Amino acid sequence: MRTFAFARANSVARAVEHRQAELVSAFVAGGTTLLDLVKLDVMRPSRVIDITPLPLTTVERLPDDRLRIGALVTNTDLAYHPDVLADHPLLSQAILAGASTQVRNMATTGGNLMQRTRCPYFRDAAAACNKREPGSGCDALDGVNRMHAVLGASSECVAVHPSDMCVALAAIGATLTLHGPNGEREIDVADFHRLPGTTPHLEHDLDDELIVAVTLAPPLMPLGTAYVKLRDRASFEFALASAGAMLSLDEDLIGEARLALGGVATKPWRCREAEALLAGKRADTAAFEAAADLALADARPLTHNAFKIPLARQAIVRALRDAARRAREDDA
Amino acid sequence: MSAIPEHHVVGRRTPRVDGEDKLTGRADYTVDHRLEGMLYGYPVPASIAHGTLEALELDAARAMPGVVDILHHGHFPDLHRSPNSMRQGNAVSEVRLPFEDDRIHYHGQYIALVVAETLAQARAAAFRVEARYHRNAGAMTGLAASDDEGEEVGQYTRGEPELAFGIAPVILDATYTMAAESHLQLEPHATLAEWREADQRLIVHESTQGVFYQRNALAHIFDLPPEQVEVISHYIGSGFGNKLFMWPHAVATAAAARLLGRPVKTVLPRQQDMMTTGHRPASRQRIRLGAELDGSLASIQHDSLTETSTIDRYVDACGGATPVAYACDSVATHQRILPVHHGSPCPMRAPGEASGLFALESAIDELAVALDMDPLALRLKNYAHQDPQRGLPWSSKHLDRCLESTAERFGWASRDPGIGNMRDGDEIIGQGMAAATWFAGRQPCAARVTLRADGVFVACGTQDIGTGTYTIVAQTVAELTGVPVARVEVRLGETGLPAGPLSGGSMTTASTLPAVAAAVRDALAALKEVATGPGGSFEGLDPAALDVAAGTLQGDSRQAGFAEILARHRLSDVTGEGSAAPADERQEYSFRSFGAHFVEVRWDPGISRLRVARVVSSIDVGRAINPVAARNQVEGAIVMGIGMALLEGLDYDPRDARLINANVSDYRIPVHADMPEIDVELLDYPDYRFNEFGARGIGEIGLTGIAAAISNAVYHATGKRLRDLPISVEKLMDRT
Repeated sequence: MRTFAFARANSVARAVEHRQAELVSAFVAGGTTLLDLVKLDVMRPSRVIDITPLPLTTVERLPDDRLRIGALVTNTDLAYHPDVLADHPLLSQAILAGASTQVRNMATTGGNLMQRTRCPYFRDAAAACNKREPGSGCDALDGVNRMHAVLGASSECVAVHPSDMCVALAAIGATLTLHGPNGEREIDVADFHRLPGTTPHLEHDLDDELIVAVTLAPPLMPLGTAYVKLRDRASFEFALASAGAMLSLDEDLIGEARLALGGVATKPWRCREAEALLAGKRADTAAFEAAADLALADARPLTHNAFKIPLARQAIVRALRDAARRAREDDA
Repeated sequence: MSAIPEHHVVGRRTPRVDGEDKLTGRADYTVDHRLEGMLYGYPVPASIAHGTLEALELDAARAMPGVVDILHHGHFPDLHRSPNSMRQGNAVSEVRLPFEDDRIHYHGQYIALVVAETLAQARAAAFRVEARYHRNAGAMTGLAASDDEGEEVGQYTRGEPELAFGIAPVILDATYTMAAESHLQLEPHATLAEWREADQRLIVHESTQGVFYQRNALAHIFDLPPEQVEVISHYIGSGFGNKLFMWPHAVATAAAARLLGRPVKTVLPRQQDMMTTGHRPASRQRIRLGAELDGSLASIQHDSLTETSTIDRYVDACGGATPVAYACDSVATHQRILPVHHGSPCPMRAPGEASGLFALESAIDELAVALDMDPLALRLKNYAHQDPQRGLPWSSKHLDRCLESTAERFGWASRDPGIGNMRDGDEIIGQGMAAATWFAGRQPCAARVTLRADGVFVACGTQDIGTGTYTIVAQTVAELTGVPVARVEVRLGETGLPAGPLSGGSMTTASTLPAVAAAVRDALAALKEVATGPGGSFEGLDPAALDVAAGTLQGDSRQAGFAEILARHRLSDVTGEGSAAPADERQEYSFRSFGAHFVEVRWDPGISRLRVARVVSSIDVGRAINPVAARNQVEGAIVMGIGMALLEGLDYDPRDARLINANVSDYRIPVHADMPEIDVELLDYPDYRFNEFGARGIGEIGLTGIAAAISNAVYHATGKRLRDLPISVEKLMDRT
């Protein structure tokens, strides 16, 4: 660990000012990513700004009925919030599939969006990693890459985005409210995380800004959802492949479908083409498999992770099947 | 099985006597221990696995706040290597001394030890140490990446195994491999060393399974008489074998304490603990079986190759149980080792045999399939009614009862042997079984018992590594004196106490309790001597006529409490010494423990998900001194076996042998959500030929056979014979 300056922000504006004052600075809320990586000497902020005093801890229902989530709402509070359970069960399911109770009690909504990859070479300060040290190379490309991405990777970086919550957000659709030196702006969650390309160290569309809120798109009705997370052990484990699915059914025909993937891509992975394919189709295995094949058409394996492609296909098919079952039950 | 009579304490479920101390944080673990003026050490690990250290840049680290000194190759006292002898009791895990030269043999090898006023300062400075290396090409990354067959280090043959294999009507020839496993004990390795200049004493608090081994090794290394070295280990947050023998962090820390004249504490961070303090080595085992059509085994051949490091010759003897597991006239085992650029491996719970029985018990299952026989029937068909290796009777063997009892509780009779025939919704049920065995051994042990007015004090230089030794020692004293367990004070884990054994090999119970019993009897004899002497409560009586009950002596229709007798003679206490060692019982009998595991897995082929749903086990270890702790040992071993079978493996980079998953997130062990329903039965057939308490030992046997039982259940569910552990999802998905 290295020494750093520490400041506590009492307003969003002050938090942003503190951040600008230093070349390498970081906000800290739950600390479940930052503290870990600082102790590993992977993140080396010269200033850390504690944002926990900020009044961003509530979930409110807007006049247009959408839910607006403060950036400091903990994962636990969000997962069990009655409005979230009522409108967006997929978000609750995805959050509860991630981490452990203790971590979810600390982790925040904004922090989860900012979660760093679990690539072991990123987390080892002695390894080559373009994300950690631009231009140093990528040890994962030809190293142990069982956990790495089959979608959205580049020759510079193959690291997976590890979040479960963000998979649900990608499927549901959401708008992030960002506060920066020039005031507030909004951005679609789909545009917030960047593909690695040639600049894997630039992970988010952020410009000295702080995430202050996440506003969820209105729910589909009637709704069936399923989050299927496939992993080596039953809990406290990152996904090998996960799929979040939402379906509205009209009799046995799919009205609208939403599908997003985790554990297989360099960012939370929305499958829009597969969604379009499903719309209007009969909700059966053939449709689900066709959607899965389309969603994974561009998947490219590395040395040790080829299994992720058929595994993701299974996650998608099972998630769509279970979502359809629940939609039917809901309707009945 | 019989109920334990009211007045007996041995064999009764007894809450841990140290439970409250552990629960409240009073238990004094090495990592928690503090001394006045203490400094903190933080090792700097090498970031390469094979090469030389060309330069260390220390200026930036030295300038960091709180840094007192940095030890390294150019700044370290001249020490002596330990002779590393089991016989002399000075075995160490890594013979090489820290910073001995500039060669790097494994990723994580220490290149420096930063010593500072606080842990945070030491760690911060350690990150500022810059090293320049010359990397050698051609690092040996593991046996899986090599065709090298290594060096033969042991073999056993009886009969004509090759000939018998050649003519057997049914044969099996299969190779089984296993990844290296980390012990991942809860408490990391830790040393707190203090050098007392005034009397030239080195006092070391260490989380160790063997205080005397460490004392003897340190005495050699620092060229001190053993009496001037003291090692203390009151509580150990488990060891599983990697705390049996000393590692370099302890030497470096003790050297720093002597050099700086202040106590120094080094607690290994988890990453370094996993890199530098041992692991179960990866193995490749070839099993060849030949059988008659009725299932009789005609030949067993078991060839094992295990990894060692380039600086030690650790042998993980996989074939240890093979010669005794089944009645078979022709058996051969071969053991080879291959040096690789990893830290040195070391014993890990059921060393050798946990790996060996995965292979053997999987092969027996494969043979059963080839013979179209029930695997349980095949095992009974080849039941070894006496020790086939030594031709001696077993002291006590009830494997048949284990197999029958588990089969009944599990419901084996209703198993459909067809592959994938048992279904439940999306899931296919797979059921498999395997036998378990572990040797029963004893080591010499001494103990001292002091009868006092307020109770009994008992001292022995063995350790409680979390398994419950404190409690069974207290139970033994209570059993023999009638003093309640709550008034027995037990002191363990100090070299100042009568010499006790290593806590290893499942030998602590059988080694320690007879010595404690001898010391109790010696103390009671001294008390009787006093009581029957002039002015005593039983003056003139024959001491042999006195009985002991409920903390009193009784005879001639009178009784007198221990305290009363001591008070009458103005004695503060009477003391007894005792010792015990293996005698010639091994000339007459063979001693082993036995067991059986039956496992049910659930396989969801639609999402390639496998989970262990149910484990039913019966274990025959003689008398369980404290059944509640004994059961806990088996349950824990079953959980560890699930990890071995399905999850665990150290990942070394295939290019340069760097260990890349040295943390508890990327190295996966089972979590609570993975726990199956576990039903453990302890048979209660006391083995009085082994010792007066009839107890063998239970720390390790639960881990033997469990991985094979799981793998066999996986085959039943999926039709896939997966001979490479861990059985991860990609192997289950493989269509070949």
